[in-house]
Amino acid sequence: MASKVTRREFIRDGVAAFTLSFAAPAFLVDIARAQGAVSRNLVVIYLAGGNDALSTIVPYTDPFYYSRRPAIAVPAANVLQIGSDSAGRALGLHPRLTGLQTIFNQGRLAIIQRAGYQNSSRSHFQGTDIWGTADPNNSSGTGWLGRYLDTMPSPIDPLSGWNTSGATYRALTGSNIAVPSITNPAGYSFASPNSGAEAINERNSAIRLASTDRPDRPSLAFVNTSAMEAFATLDRVASVVSYQSTLTYPNNGFAQALKTVAGSIAKGIGTRVYWVQTGGFDTHSGQGNAGGGGYATLMTTVGDSLLAFYNDLQNQGLLNNTLMIQFSEFGRRISENGSQGTDHGAGSIMMAIGGGVRGGIYGTAPDLNPKPDNPTLENSGGDVTYETDFRTVYAKVLDGWLGTDSVSILGGNFRANAPAFI
Amino acid sequence: MQSGNPLLDHLFRRAGFGASAADLQAVAGMSYPAAVDYFVDFDKLGDDVDSKIGLSDYVGITTRGQFSPSTVIDDARQRWLFRMLHTTRPLQEKMALFWHNHFGVGYTKVAGAVGAVVGTKMMANKSGDTPGPQGHYELLRQMGIGKFRDMLIAVAQDPAMLVFLDGRTNTRAKPQENFGREVMELFTWGLGHYVEADVYAAARVFTGWNLRNVPGADANDPASYQEFIYNSGQHDTTAKAFTFPINGGSSTISTRSAAAGMQDGIDLLTSLANHPETARRLARKLWNFFVSDLEDAPSAFVEAVADVYLRNDTNMRAVVRYIFNSQWFTNPGNFNARYSWPAEFVIRTIKEMGWNGLSIDSARVSLTNMGQTLFEPPNVAGWQLGRAWFGTGQMLARMNFAATVAANQKFNLARSFSATERAQASRVLDAMLQRFTPAPLAANEKTELLTYLNTGGPWTGSDAQMQAKAPGLARLVAGSGEYQFV
Repeated sequence: MASKVTRREFIRDGVAAFTLSFAAPAFLVDIARAQGAVSRNLVVIYLAGGNDALSTIVPYTDPFYYSRRPAIAVPAANVLQIGSDSAGRALGLHPRLTGLQTIFNQGRLAIIQRAGYQNSSRSHFQGTDIWGTADPNNSSGTGWLGRYLDTMPSPIDPLSGWNTSGATYRALTGSNIAVPSITNPAGYSFASPNSGAEAINERNSAIRLASTDRPDRPSLAFVNTSAMEAFATLDRVASVVSYQSTLTYPNNGFAQALKTVAGSIAKGIGTRVYWVQTGGFDTHSGQGNAGGGGYATLMTTVGDSLLAFYNDLQNQGLLNNTLMIQFSEFGRRISENGSQGTDHGAGSIMMAIGGGVRGGIYGTAPDLNPKPDNPTLENSGGDVTYETDFRTVYAKVLDGWLGTDSVSILGGNFRANAPAFI
Repeated sequence: MQSGNPLLDHLFRRAGFGASAADLQAVAGMSYPAAVDYFVDFDKLGDDVDSKIGLSDYVGITTRGQFSPSTVIDDARQRWLFRMLHTTRPLQEKMALFWHNHFGVGYTKVAGAVGAVVGTKMMANKSGDTPGPQGHYELLRQMGIGKFRDMLIAVAQDPAMLVFLDGRTNTRAKPQENFGREVMELFTWGLGHYVEADVYAAARVFTGWNLRNVPGADANDPASYQEFIYNSGQHDTTAKAFTFPINGGSSTISTRSAAAGMQDGIDLLTSLANHPETARRLARKLWNFFVSDLEDAPSAFVEAVADVYLRNDTNMRAVVRYIFNSQWFTNPGNFNARYSWPAEFVIRTIKEMGWNGLSIDSARVSLTNMGQTLFEPPNVAGWQLGRAWFGTGQMLARMNFAATVAANQKFNLARSFSATERAQASRVLDAMLQRFTPAPLAANEKTELLTYLNTGGPWTGSDAQMQAKAPGLARLVAGSGEYQFV
């Protein structure tokens, strides 16, 4: 029945339901459940600013790593060893990533080396847009996650996606869905200058005003739809506020956003795709000496927060329903600059974490020797060149995890050579 | 507040932030072209808005210690919002907002590099407040309606920009491409008119455009600052070859002495500012800002505006005046044809609902929930505009801001109706709709608002009823879809 209801009908007929109970959580959750045969979740983790992959996954036996980064290189003795890649290059995690080492040792962390694309953009926003559109030749238009959510039967539950950041991302832009940006569920409520029955009168009127059909003005209809979607999601988002986690999350914005996601998954409010980000990765300066400093702080945030999320989901029995996939818009230059930092580069890493992940190291580390015929480098040996097309990772996520057709969503077949991390 | 002339209301929404009663009084009796001149020739009026901060009859501010808008970023945000609300020169703030989005400099990166005090100064230091150059936004505010070329050069030498796009580390041995790329991609003519080789050449052009640190006692000393310096020893003096003509002549900037090398950058910026493709790109952005973002700019508009820009030596005053008097701007079909930016929404809401007893800090906080933290565009490309402002969380934040102001103005709103108006709910509604300037409401929406007034008990117009219904009605109007357009 749900699939026969068009968006406009939903908006119009929804009024009656809202008027009865001020929201229709059960109705919408039914829709949400009908839309997903399985309750698998995807949590996309964006390290904003261009993550310096060579400091995350350290090629600690490569002499050029040390000669080209005399100030900021992580000493070999300090890395957290995770073995070698298929080419026999020994690799270590940044010493602050004890949380990720724990997950790696449980076989639930996949590290995909040198992920990227040809002619990698060194521009933050164009790069982020390209990772969003999944088209290196087009940084405008809809995004891969938005297009996935567009495939859900109409009416698409507005909470099928949840952006925990305040910014809008192209990856989440669909033709038929505007993923809500909800940074703080506790503040996601309908305020009123009145209280009691008068506040309810006001809210009912607001709902009826927003549900007015205005086919003559599509722009107005769009805004009204946003308002209606807010009303339709209020109660479900509010339910997340009461979530009791099984452990204490670190006190930083990234960890608190992950806690919200865990609450949303645990409450089963129907969300399929979450977007969580943490910034500060544009480390042109102050990256830190010998594995300390600013980058170490970033790694502590990432490692500890992801471990808390991982353990919480495991304790709740939800880890097998959840896949985390991490990316950043580009990697950074191999040689450090004059300010204990690194400038915009090319190939970076991706990571996948979850109960269904086959952990390990995928792909090969770069050889950092800036000789002309080194196929793992580009830009005259200045940057790491990509080995794994990031779209093959997306294809694996779409086909293997979300159970959809990656070819139609990505606009091409990227299944070949996809790392087999799920 | 409605003036009775829809075209004038339109001008107030687009060239300003809506109209209070005092704003309307200032243009009373003027013809439309005279009103346009009143907006555009704003420097004929004094720039005394800051002297009103802290006075009664104006919106309040919230201080944490001493109010210090040149060194504390949240105070800088409050000062800008205060100016938007109470300035007698609204187009000045409107242009500053336009250019803030155009140049996309964000506080967090700047402060991350130089600290909160110097970083705030780089964004918003008002000349004379503290030592050092004026901040990025003050520059935009001072130059926003002058010659684009002059502003572009000033922005290229602006400390905030030199930090934000890393020009401060652009040296001969290590040319830094960040600014060289963005100045072409975002600030002037846009993608499609240059190649990567031009980016490399542009990076070399700006080598040595760095910063000089003038430290104070410590990082928190308001006397500390950084200023632009042309560091001739770090300038690449060799020739730079482009794929397009520089200053209408050769496509190469010839070798210059290190001492004279700053002219390389001036030459490139001048060429970019004077290029017809830059004129067209600015015309398209101005269309979306001033005329409509529901449809793309027609080519006739783009060519006409570009022509005005080029014939007037990149003078934005001539461009903006032309636009406001043009058939496109005055066409009623383009009234309410733009999605309001959050800053526009909050200021218009306060202007039309009232501010006596309100702190502008409430707008500062709410703006973040609406997706527009001032001094913090998401990236150098500025904010995503139009529909991107209207995610569910952002729309909820708008509705809730309307509720916040309505609650704050509860008694002022209740008292604002005459005895005649209070006698009938329909008159209260009519008066309220005169007070606000939403896009026209459908007949059944007016019926719904009247139903709201009559729900919960018979209409009496009592004080208690007015204190409940007036703010409730005000928030419903300001939170309506129609009110989200300008």
